[in-house]
Amino acid sequence: MTQTKSGLVETRHLLHHEPPIFEQGAAGRSGASLPTLDVPEVSASTLFGDLHRDAEPSLPEVSEVDVTRHFTRLSRWNYAIDIGMYPLGSCTMKYNPKVNERMARLPGFAGLHPAQAEQTLQGALELMYRLEQVLCEISGFARVTLQPAAGAHGELCGLMMIRAYHQSQGRFPRKVLIPDSAHGTNPASVTLNQMECVPLKTSADGLLSAETVRAAVAQHPGDIAGLMVTNPSTLGIFEEHLAEISEIIHQAGGLVYMDGANFNALLGKVRPGATGVDVMHINLHKTFTTPHGGGGPGSGPVGVVEKLIPFLPTPTVEHKDGVYHLNYNRPQSVGRLRSFFGNFGMHVRAYTYIREMGGVGLTQATEMAVLNAVYLRALLHEEFPPVSDKPSMHEYVTSDKKLKKETSVQTLDIAKRLIDYGFHPPTVYFPLVVPGALMIEPTETESKETLDQFASALLAIAKEAHSEPDRVKHAPHQTALRRLDETKAARQPRLRWMPQG
Amino acid sequence: MRYIPHTDADVAQMLRVIGAPSVESLFAHIPSTLRLNRPLEIEALDEMTLMAHLGQLGAKSSPSTGATIREGGALSFLGAGLIPHHVPVAVDMLLQRAEWYTSYTPYQPEVAQGTLQAVFEYQTLVAELFGSPVVKGQPAPFVSNASMYDGASATAEAVLMARRVTGRSLAIVCGAVHPQYLGTLRCYLDGMDSVGQASIKTVGFGSDGRVDLQSLGTLLADLGNQVACVLVQSPNYLGVLQDVAAIQALAHKVGALTVVACPEPLAFGLVKSPGSQGADIVAGEGIGLASGPSLGGPGVGLFAARSEHLRQMPGRLVGETVDQDGRRGYVLTLSTREQHIRREKATSNICTNQGLIALAFAIHLCLLGKSGFRRLAEINLAKSEYLKQRLSSLRGFKMAVSGPTFNELAVQVRGRASDAAAKLREQGIFAGVPLDQQDFELPSLPDAEKTLLIATSERHQKADLDRLVTALDEVCP
Repeated sequence: MTQTKSGLVETRHLLHHEPPIFEQGAAGRSGASLPTLDVPEVSASTLFGDLHRDAEPSLPEVSEVDVTRHFTRLSRWNYAIDIGMYPLGSCTMKYNPKVNERMARLPGFAGLHPAQAEQTLQGALELMYRLEQVLCEISGFARVTLQPAAGAHGELCGLMMIRAYHQSQGRFPRKVLIPDSAHGTNPASVTLNQMECVPLKTSADGLLSAETVRAAVAQHPGDIAGLMVTNPSTLGIFEEHLAEISEIIHQAGGLVYMDGANFNALLGKVRPGATGVDVMHINLHKTFTTPHGGGGPGSGPVGVVEKLIPFLPTPTVEHKDGVYHLNYNRPQSVGRLRSFFGNFGMHVRAYTYIREMGGVGLTQATEMAVLNAVYLRALLHEEFPPVSDKPSMHEYVTSDKKLKKETSVQTLDIAKRLIDYGFHPPTVYFPLVVPGALMIEPTETESKETLDQFASALLAIAKEAHSEPDRVKHAPHQTALRRLDETKAARQPRLRWMPQG
Repeated sequence: MRYIPHTDADVAQMLRVIGAPSVESLFAHIPSTLRLNRPLEIEALDEMTLMAHLGQLGAKSSPSTGATIREGGALSFLGAGLIPHHVPVAVDMLLQRAEWYTSYTPYQPEVAQGTLQAVFEYQTLVAELFGSPVVKGQPAPFVSNASMYDGASATAEAVLMARRVTGRSLAIVCGAVHPQYLGTLRCYLDGMDSVGQASIKTVGFGSDGRVDLQSLGTLLADLGNQVACVLVQSPNYLGVLQDVAAIQALAHKVGALTVVACPEPLAFGLVKSPGSQGADIVAGEGIGLASGPSLGGPGVGLFAARSEHLRQMPGRLVGETVDQDGRRGYVLTLSTREQHIRREKATSNICTNQGLIALAFAIHLCLLGKSGFRRLAEINLAKSEYLKQRLSSLRGFKMAVSGPTFNELAVQVRGRASDAAAKLREQGIFAGVPLDQQDFELPSLPDAEKTLLIATSERHQKADLDRLVTALDEVCP
């Protein structure tokens, strides 16, 4: 503690080490508020016989005050967008507007039961219909399904439609071409469709070349189901040859799937559905500001071109004579990807955001997102050279190559030391094709001052790497916990709290 | 634009540092044939106009509530995979802390201990609810993951997991499973199997609504070593509690796993957990206890399995460890099962899950606690039994099946169920789900068109139940 000039004690904020909730409370305590029973008591043991559970599940015995403090204290151990910049590459951690939260909680949305009759759900169906329309306008696709619960779920859905399309033509080609820089969800989604990945090497400039695709297609004659490509790629650069590549895939009878994780680079600039892409998922929790919630929920709508419409999941929302209804009569549909209608609460938030921004605002968002990334690259390129000479779009990918050659410091250390400077680290060690990758996506919601501070922090760390490498290698120093032992966690898995003794 | 901080001066300075003449020049490398050359046609709205627009959309629907006297909207008895419970105000208040809802997946554990510890506690609660009891000094019998999308996809993933564990491909589905869960399972398995390969067999239910054990036994005797798992829902789609132990005994004989789907986890406040009854994998839905119904999403897919099958589990896992100074802490672990490491050989493609709703589920369970969870289950059972007795006494009404129920009833009414539901809707009552309603239909049920699936909970007062009974009696022919 230090004395300030006024003589008062200066404190920093308090952080409590908080034991698991199971180690708190006292027998007989409860945080429940339950109604008095106004119908006769019944005996569960008589009704259920052998099925009756004798002992209650051992849940905590705590008051509402205990619970509130516990989860409030724990929350303070989290970094969050509302605390500071979150430059995770490929994650598009932009600000989550507060008005979205309020709108999603309106009783006319939050209180709707999915089994209600259509005529009592008109407003919700209209919202889903309108969201589909604005997403079509932004992405250039003919229709969009809102059912997938997340990006990977959207990939699964898109690949199912590709498979169903081929099967409707009496074919079942199996090979899906995937660049080596792709997200891991891409190959995993392919496997779930009983298809096989053919990895494609990106060229030295980081782009996917038409020659590579042509060669891969030639190796698997008649067996090309499609191509999955992320654009901009995970190197943050635009796939300049995508039009030609799409043509090669189409000629081979395949379809082009675009991973829309990086769609924030393209709003108002490129409409993938109008440029040769057949299917694309959109991450509402990235591009369209629905909050990430510490891991979810997300929402992964999928857009398709005209010829894939029959295969969209059921139901679709239709509009006729001023009435909205759900269409289940879709014989070629891939069916149902989950219960009910998708993560509707996320649809409300994304629609709210899109309507606030409008077309001009969304385009401006993309412009400023790209400007921010390119600006960071300009500030940092000497110490942290970009991995591709091609222009960066919404994110700038660098690595520890230079620093590692000159010092003993590597990517993980840089990431952890950034925490001491008040920033969340960028995405690290991804894409896998770049050893020691640092993938920096500032998004449009960060100001020039914040970017300047972030760049200064990284440059300061580069200096420290030379002058006091141990300080960097043992970072973070300012967090409540130091580096955690991940090997121990994996070797001796403890995946739930256990009573002692 | 309030979410974009750039002033003209900022942009000019940044372009100078970059050495670019204009913002537009940053996009010049995109081939012009791919460029959109018109503005996007979406009108922008200020906050007040935006709120008015959304408010108008919201007002065009009728929310489902427990009782009109308390909240406005319709008095709802809709369940069918989503039985809404009262969620204490504290849950949503805590969820709205920005540190929870605006944080990312906890990939950097030093700045995400809050989320990591909360998930660890969630995993403990789910394992406790669905698994078999912990024996002191023994390893944990069940483990839970950090959540799946929803109950339906969690169930499909549970079947896929059973296929990996056993190396077999056939799933036997015991009636009556939620039609949307079955639809989702078909959708997932269509992807995994060759065209026309029958990877699902179904077994019907008897007059008690429980699976026909004899048919199941015969089928298992026939197909024995091809069967990866027997899937059973409890309480099932007709609200009936299944005898999981009896089903498991049959499955176990042929080396098949038992997968239990649980869209209403509250039942296990009074019913033996699926794990105690021998289940190997349990998939559930937490939306009813975690958040408002929100048209069915976002919810949370609950997932627990016997520890010995840990390496085949889908989804993220949080584990306990220590930091450099030996202090207790938490990390994401065993990620070599997952897509970002294992890629095409991963146990699942899931990445983003339903973290925030999982947190809500955990907070509510902590608030209820040991005694509150049990009592809430008792209240639900008592309301349901009262309604059962009242409805059964009406002329021409009866329970469609006779097995033990928890808080949902399949009730045969006089005339068509959908007619009765439509008439009650005019009185501001959502009476239940007619079992011939599209996407909720159960054609295997005799007289399905006469059957309403009616859910009750603590949200209904006796007066609400009486109102439903009287109104149904009045409108049915």
